[in-house]
Amino acid sequence: MSHEPTTMPQGLQGVTADWSADKQAFPVPWGKAMMWIFLLSDTFIFTCFLTSYMNVRMSTVEPWPNPSEVFALTVGGAHIPLLLIAIMTMILITSSGTMAMAVNFGYRRDRKKTAALMFATAALGLSFVGMQALEWTKLIEEGVRPWGNPMGAAQFGSSFFMITGFHGLHVTGGVIYLSVVALRVLNGFYDRKGTYETVEVAGLYWHFVDLVWVFIFAFFYLW
Amino acid sequence: MDQAVHQQSTHQPQAAHPPAAAHAEGQQHPIRVYLWIWVLLFVFSAFSYMVDYFQLQGALRWTLILFFMLLKASFIVAIFMHMAWERLALKLAILTPPLALLVLIALMAIEGDYTFLTRIASFVH
Repeated sequence: MSHEPTTMPQGLQGVTADWSADKQAFPVPWGKAMMWIFLLSDTFIFTCFLTSYMNVRMSTVEPWPNPSEVFALTVGGAHIPLLLIAIMTMILITSSGTMAMAVNFGYRRDRKKTAALMFATAALGLSFVGMQALEWTKLIEEGVRPWGNPMGAAQFGSSFFMITGFHGLHVTGGVIYLSVVALRVLNGFYDRKGTYETVEVAGLYWHFVDLVWVFIFAFFYLW
Repeated sequence: MDQAVHQQSTHQPQAAHPPAAAHAEGQQHPIRVYLWIWVLLFVFSAFSYMVDYFQLQGALRWTLILFFMLLKASFIVAIFMHMAWERLALKLAILTPPLALLVLIALMAIEGDYTFLTRIASFVH
């Protein structure tokens, strides 16, 4: 059976046809299928971290530090809660936008724009990690440790460092990943290969990094 | 799904060309779609931030936090990650397992509550 989109069964019939196919269960490039499966596993990992954070926060008898206060910054005399976090959120969303545009231009085979947008995405990601490092420095200076802190429940520190640490690690990995692919785009590697799928697959990873931040922002900083 | 936006690439006879690549190249949508969703993500993020800035409390706070979080997550997965235009088989394979996580969360919430109550009951301050 040829995998022409217009002749493939849709809906539930399509599900049966896909999963019972003799060669390929998911008629997409293997890179895309594997990246989705990896992201699924990563979802489970981050869910474990966030769930255990929920558990220790619920079960501690000490008051939980107020994130609005802990992560507030005083700028020009004005005390602004969660300022750095809000900026970091905007940066990550912007980077998702540039990445989506990069994928679009990739399929249009525009090497310069694709690479430029991917480098922009990576740069935004790098600035995010820098700001997270700033956040860590500030908190460590204020006495936050994995085993205790002066603001409240002792579990705050370990939750914060584990969750944001793993996320920051993923962002860093993404920055390297995107830079490598962007350089290959510039060199014409994907023109020779015949497809720009790799740009889309890298995009999937980057959007996942943004997605995890959406959940961290909501559950750790806002709640 | 959204047929108006979905564009097909021009199909030549696919005898020699790997079908998977042709399928992928066909998933181009006008940049306009991404820019709109991008704007919406900023708007929802601003609303999320305002929930904290205006110090909303209790059930209203948590409902709004969850609502905007799920909205943003849905748009990122559906549009930016292309899931809206993928085949149902892939959608189901990826999106149903996380539902099992809801069970984990429920169980751990019950356990956390129990631990809290036993700590209160057991320790005389």
